[in-house]
Amino acid sequence: MIEKYMEIDEPLVRIEDLGVRFGRQTVLRNINLSIPAGQTVALLGESGCGKTVLMKSIIGLVKPTRGRVFFDDEEIQKLDERRLSRLRLRFGFVFQHSALFDSMSIGQNVAFPLMQHGNFAAEQIQELVLSRLSEVGLPDDVVRKKPAELSGGMQKRVGLARALIMNPELIMYDEPTTGLDPIMSDVINELIVRTRRRNLVTSLVVTHDMNTAKKIADRVIMLLPHSRLQPDENQIIFDGTVPELEHCRDRRVQQFINGEAGERLMELRGQGQVTFF
Amino acid sequence: MICDIGAAVLNTYDAVVYGIMALGDFTLFACRTFGWLFSRFPRRGTVWPNLYEVGVKSLPVVALTGTFIGMVLAVQSYFQFRQIGLETRLGGVINMTLLRELGPVLAATMLAGRVGSAMAAQLGTMRVTQQIDALAAMGVNPIHYLVVPRFLACFLLIPTLTVMADFMGVAGGHFYSVNILGIDIHHYWHNSAKFVSEFDLFVGLLKSVFFGSAIAMVSCYQGFNCSEGAEGVGAASTNSFVFSFVAILILDLFLGITMDSIYFTFYPEGASLL
Repeated sequence: MIEKYMEIDEPLVRIEDLGVRFGRQTVLRNINLSIPAGQTVALLGESGCGKTVLMKSIIGLVKPTRGRVFFDDEEIQKLDERRLSRLRLRFGFVFQHSALFDSMSIGQNVAFPLMQHGNFAAEQIQELVLSRLSEVGLPDDVVRKKPAELSGGMQKRVGLARALIMNPELIMYDEPTTGLDPIMSDVINELIVRTRRRNLVTSLVVTHDMNTAKKIADRVIMLLPHSRLQPDENQIIFDGTVPELEHCRDRRVQQFINGEAGERLMELRGQGQVTFF
Repeated sequence: MICDIGAAVLNTYDAVVYGIMALGDFTLFACRTFGWLFSRFPRRGTVWPNLYEVGVKSLPVVALTGTFIGMVLAVQSYFQFRQIGLETRLGGVINMTLLRELGPVLAATMLAGRVGSAMAAQLGTMRVTQQIDALAAMGVNPIHYLVVPRFLACFLLIPTLTVMADFMGVAGGHFYSVNILGIDIHHYWHNSAKFVSEFDLFVGLLKSVFFGSAIAMVSCYQGFNCSEGAEGVGAASTNSFVFSFVAILILDLFLGITMDSIYFTFYPEGASLL
């Protein structure tokens, strides 16, 4: 558990009664949540429970079926496209597979938000890009390379450099360590911690990785897939610190953090989704 | 039996609802594109590469297609016209067909195949790899950044490609008719001038503008709404060509009827080939 930095009680993000449905499939139901400025929150839960959808609802990439999302007291759903675009400059988003523009060089990728939103001189842009790349531990010579020439871990770091270039107030990481080896995963975790220390940002990290949650999070929130909820049950089955998570008595929480599939496999077998045992 | 009928009714209902929703979605997509087009012009850096891709890179294939279509028209029409002794009217037939119909339709078809499919595949890949989401997350509107420049490139350059297809077709038709079939050059061009007017060129160019707009809109929409995976990108690319081609044919019919009505309103004694 890392020490807390400048955490302020005033919520930066506030979610009220959020529900998201795609066609006939309900993904999120009655989510109520607030994230104070300066906090690092890890969002845990099994695949398909709606973690990424929740994160995308905050930035307005997914339109909720019901409920409201506030960022710094501005209701996201009420903003028109232009105001939403302006507000998004206060967010940084690190995508699961980095989502770098493959037709551009690394330098152009990192500089992209500056080129689109600022009136910076070329030298200034170059300086900022190199400084952000060095902050995430990448050498200057990557600027001319294309994303396909870099490893997955390096691409993730470029994604982080791009997310940081506009000095965001909230950084969202979508499964930042997925697909990386344990050492590179730890490098990324360390970067998330350092980024928070240096830039004093609020962070929301979607992850399956308990090591990541333990290393970076002030607070852990665990979601359960809607299909596994009881009729009146809250979809957030845990909200607390990492030590509290480890001592949580909820069977489903313990199964998740210990990686025990037994009961879940039986459930899936009962639904006819697993037939191999 | 009753269950089968019920299932069939439900499937039809779902298909109709899906079709209406897709049409509404496409209309909204088009409206948002026009909204951005008229409210903020895209940066030069995003427009130039698309102009190059659509205009310059399509020229050779459009020119080649135009040339061969002109010659094929001469081959196919010559024997029919010779039987009734009207082979010198070939110039009028070939040039009018090219200017009003085949020039714009072929240029549009080549554009849909070469550029439209590529646009759908490119945007589809960007959708699948979350690059479109990344744009939005960085405060850049994806429609303004990705769709408007592509729309402009198709809208502005398809008339040029059509002129190229027309010119090469006319040249190809002339070459085959005069040099291979031995039709008298004077009568060939005299009849052409008699039956083909500026209005025919105007009709062709007007059609081309509609075709170019439809190709850009259909292709970008398919790319933006691409489903997951390689299969989704492939389907977006194929659907983009198929729907663009259908749109071209439908527009061609209705524009043809409309322009003929306008022509005969102003020129009731319109020129006849016979």
